[in-house]
Amino acid sequence: MTIKHTLKLCFLLLIFSCASPNISKIEGKRLNIDENLKSDEAIEAFIKPYREHVNKDMDNVISYAPETYTKGDGKYNTAIGNLMADAVFSEGNPVFNKRTGKNIDFVLLNHGGIRSIISKGDITTRTAYEIMPFENSVVVAELKGEQINEMIQYLSKAKRAHPISSQLQLTLDKDGNIKSATVHGEPIDTTKTYNVATNDYLYNGGDGMVFFSKNEGLHVLNYKIRDVLIDNFKKRDTLNPKQDNRFIQLND
Amino acid sequence: MKRRQFIQKSTAATVLAGVGGLSLQSFGSSTKKITILHTNDVHSHIDPFGPDDGRNANKGGVARRATLVESIRQENPNTLLLDAGDIFQGTPYFNYYGGELEFKLMSMLKYDVATIGNHDFDNGIDGLYAQIPHADFEFVSANYDFSNTVMDTHVKPYKIIIKDGIKIGIFGLGIKLDGLVDKNMYKETVYHDPIEKAQDMSRVLKEDEKCDLVICLSHIGYEYKNRPDKVSDIKLARATKDIDLIIGGHTHTFLSKPTIEENSVGKKVLVNQVGCYGLYLGKVDFYFNSGKHIKSDGASIMV
Repeated sequence: MTIKHTLKLCFLLLIFSCASPNISKIEGKRLNIDENLKSDEAIEAFIKPYREHVNKDMDNVISYAPETYTKGDGKYNTAIGNLMADAVFSEGNPVFNKRTGKNIDFVLLNHGGIRSIISKGDITTRTAYEIMPFENSVVVAELKGEQINEMIQYLSKAKRAHPISSQLQLTLDKDGNIKSATVHGEPIDTTKTYNVATNDYLYNGGDGMVFFSKNEGLHVLNYKIRDVLIDNFKKRDTLNPKQDNRFIQLND
Repeated sequence: MKRRQFIQKSTAATVLAGVGGLSLQSFGSSTKKITILHTNDVHSHIDPFGPDDGRNANKGGVARRATLVESIRQENPNTLLLDAGDIFQGTPYFNYYGGELEFKLMSMLKYDVATIGNHDFDNGIDGLYAQIPHADFEFVSANYDFSNTVMDTHVKPYKIIIKDGIKIGIFGLGIKLDGLVDKNMYKETVYHDPIEKAQDMSRVLKEDEKCDLVICLSHIGYEYKNRPDKVSDIKLARATKDIDLIIGGHTHTFLSKPTIEENSVGKKVLVNQVGCYGLYLGKVDFYFNSGKHIKSDGASIMV
């Protein structure tokens, strides 16, 4: 073997050893995490003191739900969304009225802000934390009729069950155009200023709700949405929210 | 009759054994296996759902996930555990402890890398920063620029991990924050286009760093059918090259198996997401063959 041959061999070996590994096969699957798996004891022991502390506060029963309610239960309005928006109205308005002498006209929240279902059975403080885990608070924005019209355009295009309180009635025709929009049964008056309660996330433009930015004034109630729900649930033995006609689309 | 059945059965067994032996031989000592385990949008779901839950009764739970992860690591020590963001927010554990318990448990489960979801800003960027000392794993994001925030230096664009000689590059992508997260929360975090950054990253990881496996940890969302212009994992997969696996989050999409997409040069790329709340663990095994020249498109995908 000549030197030339040896060099060639070395070169070949070099190529082989440098050849980067290639993917020859890929297998993908989804594994269930459920009661068939035994809990890791060390992890369980670590969580325990945290859990006991939290549970002491969370497990007190404050109401009862006869059914399970989810935000997917309707196209434009759902029982759970109506419950939340109406709760913000009934708990928020006394606070707003006491401070300003005025009343909230209606409430707008967002579909994505309903973070959990309400399961059939006992309602505990935990339920309120599950539905509204965020620390967002109620704010009341003073909006001109023109901005209310912008909001209604937004709602007609969003095609989602963004929760609104019962004072606002919205009907779309079969093509999704606005057929009628009323507040307290009256058409939107562009010369009027409306007091719209929402949360600080949406007020700051969350979910593309930019119409809140052109407001005539802001009232921060320092009242967390979650506390609104807890206070509201505590007043009622049974939550029995219903889907209704506050926001609908006509079929013909 | 019984005898015949027995013969059939034993013949089948022999054939199976033969195949097993063959595949072992052909793989030889040069076959390596990397296991990628992943979660997304766990949202502080530490305890399993209770037996009365209307949708996810008796599912989930970090302590059970720990058992499963450990058994997979026993089987293959060359395993990585990744999370695609929205670790925070969803149970009172977050309201009470601000994410401390989530990060401590992920550290105990030996997570390797995570990316940042929009809800990880829910206690503000300062709230996220405050929990960093509890995380024994790293954060990656290639399209969030944190340089003018407290998170500067705590999040890297990508991380390279070598397992059994296989070089694995993992980069992160986050969703557009404007309109989704209050500016007071994310402060001076700057968002960049995910596809442009992914193109940069895959070039850096494949060409400069010579990674054998490139993984994108994404929190941009799986697919937005009603909003075709919105960037998503599916669009990302089609618009880039040299990414082997996109692990997604944000849209809480329950995929029963990874989706196979074709990238910009016609090669296969896997997109996976396992819904939310720690109900499932995603598992993708990559087998590497170094001894022979296989066309890089020759990987067989079994999902």
